[in-house]
Amino acid sequence: MDLDFDVVDLDEIEYPEEGETAPDFTRPLVNDEYWEDESLSSLCADSDRVVLVFHAMDGAFPATYVWNEIRDRGWHEDATVVGCSISTPYAHKRLLDERDIAGDYRLFSDPGNGVAREYGIDMDLDGMAGLEEPRPAVFVLDGDRTVEYAWVAAEWPDFPDYDAVEAQL
Amino acid sequence: MSDPTLTLYRLQACPFCERVVRKLDALGLEYRSRFVEPMHSERDVVKRLTGKRTVPAIVDEDTGVTMSESANIVDYLDRTYGGDTGGAA
Repeated sequence: MDLDFDVVDLDEIEYPEEGETAPDFTRPLVNDEYWEDESLSSLCADSDRVVLVFHAMDGAFPATYVWNEIRDRGWHEDATVVGCSISTPYAHKRLLDERDIAGDYRLFSDPGNGVAREYGIDMDLDGMAGLEEPRPAVFVLDGDRTVEYAWVAAEWPDFPDYDAVEAQL
Repeated sequence: MSDPTLTLYRLQACPFCERVVRKLDALGLEYRSRFVEPMHSERDVVKRLTGKRTVPAIVDEDTGVTMSESANIVDYLDRTYGGDTGGAA
């Protein structure tokens, strides 16, 4: 998109890079029928490749765009693909329905944003007092949670390089 | 994380579900919690298991038992896991 003004640059930050081990965490993981506590490490243990997508809160247009794109590209056929946002499990259930991704994708619920802080990608939200959420980010992990690919937004808003992620799958 | 063999299907803030949780805790049983939606029509997973859409419902992989209704569940847990464990071989 060509804009005749600068978009917001985000500060440089440190996050898990390629070759490093992504922090483990446990949060409610929402599928089309229920949610239960699940750890990232158990997802990785069950799959050769996990794509962890941090996105804006459900309902914000970036969340809608990201999931439409991932759905249309069918990433679930090549990897276990999970999202993470600060939205509640109830909101996640709606997102799964509305994006028509129920059954193929699951979403971690992290209203406290602790996972994003663990990954070093937490971001305050101007004009929404007391709220923070993850920067948009994508981590491709192997079965041991080793980072094979990492992308973290440098601008706000910003969207993943979908082709670059897909090249890893 | 360990993989408990008891699974409790529950609804947030449902007193019947909390009754079962209290019993599970009292008996020191490990269990996994799966939360479903308030709308009955959204509870196909429970219907598939028990034939009904009500919660609480439990699945006990050790015994093969699947059951709903909190009073039944509490009785079942007491009968199955509430026995005197002191010294018996």
